[in-house]
Amino acid sequence: MQDTIAHLKRGEKGIIVDVSSIHIPLKLLEMGCLPGNSVELVQLAPFQDPMYLNINGTHLAIRKETATHILIEKITHE
Amino acid sequence: MSKQINVALIGNPNTGKTSVFNALTGLNQKVGNYPGITVEKKEGICKLPRGVKAHIIDLPGTYSLNASSLDENVVIELLLNKNDKDFPDIAVVISDVENLKRNLLLFTQIKDLEIPTILVINMADRMNYKGISLDIDYLEEHLKTKIALISTRKNQGIENLKNLIANYKDISVTPCLNASEIDKDYFDNLRKAFPNQLLYKLWLVITQDVNFGKTERNEIDAVSNFKTKSKSDLKRLQQKETIKRYQFINDVLKIGQVIDVSQAKDLRTKLDRVLTHKVWGYFIFFIILLTIFQAIYDWSSVPMDFIDSAFASLSEWTKNQLPSGAFTSLLAEGIIPGLGGIVIFIPQIAFLFLFISVLEESGYMSRVVFLMDRVMRRFGLSGKSVVPLISGTACAIPAIMATRNIESWKERLITILVTPFTTCSARLPVYLIIIALVIPEGRIFGLGYQALTLMLLYLIGFGTAIISAYILNKILKIRSKTFFVIEMPNYKLPLFKNVALTVVEKTKSFVFGAGKIILAISIILWFLASYGPGEQFNDAENIVKTAYASENLTEEDLQQKIASHKLEHSFIGITGRAIEPAIRPLGYDWKIGIAIVSSFAAREVFVGTLATIYSVGSDEEETIKNRMAGEVNPILGGPLFTFASGISLLLFYAFAMQCMSTLAIVKRETNSWKWPTLQLVIMSGFAYIVALIAFQFLK
Ligand SMILES: Nc1nc2c(ncn2[C@@H]2O[C@H](COP(=O)(O)OP(=O)(O)OP(=O)(O)O)[C@@H](O)[C@H]2O)c(=O)[nH]1
Ligand SMILES: [Mg+2]
Repeated sequence: MQDTIAHLKRGEKGIIVDVSSIHIPLKLLEMGCLPGNSVELVQLAPFQDPMYLNINGTHLAIRKETATHILIEKITHE
Repeated sequence: MSKQINVALIGNPNTGKTSVFNALTGLNQKVGNYPGITVEKKEGICKLPRGVKAHIIDLPGTYSLNASSLDENVVIELLLNKNDKDFPDIAVVISDVENLKRNLLLFTQIKDLEIPTILVINMADRMNYKGISLDIDYLEEHLKTKIALISTRKNQGIENLKNLIANYKDISVTPCLNASEIDKDYFDNLRKAFPNQLLYKLWLVITQDVNFGKTERNEIDAVSNFKTKSKSDLKRLQQKETIKRYQFINDVLKIGQVIDVSQAKDLRTKLDRVLTHKVWGYFIFFIILLTIFQAIYDWSSVPMDFIDSAFASLSEWTKNQLPSGAFTSLLAEGIIPGLGGIVIFIPQIAFLFLFISVLEESGYMSRVVFLMDRVMRRFGLSGKSVVPLISGTACAIPAIMATRNIESWKERLITILVTPFTTCSARLPVYLIIIALVIPEGRIFGLGYQALTLMLLYLIGFGTAIISAYILNKILKIRSKTFFVIEMPNYKLPLFKNVALTVVEKTKSFVFGAGKIILAISIILWFLASYGPGEQFNDAENIVKTAYASENLTEEDLQQKIASHKLEHSFIGITGRAIEPAIRPLGYDWKIGIAIVSSFAAREVFVGTLATIYSVGSDEEETIKNRMAGEVNPILGGPLFTFASGISLLLFYAFAMQCMSTLAIVKRETNSWKWPTLQLVIMSGFAYIVALIAFQFLK
């Protein structure tokens, strides 16, 4: 199964691979949430929602529901 | 004649547009480190070199020209409507040096509209700190624009910006990339169908719902009819467009910007580890709130006592110094006590605004939004509703305006409807004076009972707001897409000047805004209390003397009795006693009734009204508080302000909708009389019932 941002743990990073889902607001893409960009999970609120992300230097928070639609590839540290 | 040019300040949220606006115009619009401080158009004038005058327009922040909330829509509407009187001759795009890449997206869109565009790169003072260096010449060439690198904080580069604006004719209007490449056939057809229209403008109109000039709108409707693109196809195209723009931007910045990460210092990570922590985050938030209440209560009691007694002596002094007569007593018994009832609250109001403005300027507010979103969603609100609810403690009016950045209409409507439950600064005077009268002074764990009561009242306000939101969420059948994205800005040391300005401006408008109403009302009240119809009023002296002839009253007591007999039969006494039956079950007498009625103009008037009524009824120099403490319940005997009637009054004020300006703003923001009417009826009805129950149980 493909990983999404919702699968990230605190401090983990990934590369965004697909954002074509209709459930992702355009605004998020405009803020830099685009394929090829890196994403890091900075902080989680209780119940893992919302999620505080660092996407290519832009810091923003989104709800988990949206996060499950953003496909990523996790970066595993060597 | 010097001509005037329109300059629009456009940019992402929180990049310093308003700071630039203030620097250019010398005005003091509100600045804060939270995306969404400016929610409507603000205007000012700036004198440029060579006698050119610029009409500067500050706009709400937006991430792109595709609006997803009401505040963003303001920008798009302006840019798409050439006939708007504010349609810009020049667009000044304000960007933040730390987020240049993201900021440039909007810049490339505006360039496509073929308006002369200047790029301002603000916050240059942060470049060293973040290890950023820029090749301005390269950027100017590839972005086809002029760039002003400025720092409003250090006041650098503003003159250069003014020069660039004055020479706007030199700026190229060619777009910096060709976005129509994303779907050649589609855009070619579009161009053929409307050869006279700007292609990008057509595209914007097709992809979003903008209030457009009627005729043009029809034309576009025609185009979307004969073009067959489904909604999801359009969205896909928009995604492609965004990606294309970012590709261009990345290419330009690869050479034009160098970031040396090893130089960057990062305070954010350390602070966020604690401030947004699952446990510590909430704990700290709670401590901050607690500190605010303790401060409002304890720290300001000294200046308050001083002001209170100063006004009492001023009133006494006026009475002794001026020749006695109607004017003197109007001054001494009407105006001075009325004003005293407002000036006394300056220290508290100032503290409240101080804290709110520090929270906003530091960047902490977005963290609270993050922490609270999940909880608020349960109740049909958004995390972003926290900001209106917190700033509602200052005043519901700006708070209701602040809901404009909430994306979902349902969440926004609910926030608007429940915000007036939060304890605004106008309720504070009423709370404070009554708490001082009926709550004992002791302490528990170092916190005063009185401060705790105050905190409890604020919690009741928030609690009611949230519970009503929950109910509304269940009742209201509105479908609207909900999503939630909020930027988390960097932490900043609050700028003393910004904080001080907010505190001074807000306190001033509290005093003068409320002051005017209070002045008018206290004059009217004084008049109504000093004159009356019929024999009972005009012949009061004889009537009282005969009534008490058998008792051996001292001269002083007799005068007191005459004065209060007169008051009772004055115009105001007659009115008051007419409404008394309605409020007696709540434990109030007719004087409180008058104060409640007059406080519909503004809640703050309550204390001023009582001060005026009481001072007409007595001769002595007294502080407001002592006068209220001395009042006797006409029916039960004993003091009027007991624990029971005090609590009842506190609860009444906690729930009642008593502010005409709030109703007016709700009408404007929801565009219907339905919602403000509902608010008025339900809130005030609920207030009456709760106050009734409280008094009947406690008495
Ligand atoms: N370090 C630094 N901070 C700045 C500068 N200019 C503005 N700020 C800060 O940036 C924050 C945002 O400023 P505003 O002027 O309110 O920004 P805005 O673009 O009008 O924001 P919105 O109205 O919310 O879209 C405030 O905390 C300012 O104090 C600058 O040159 N340097
Ligand atoms: Mg602003």
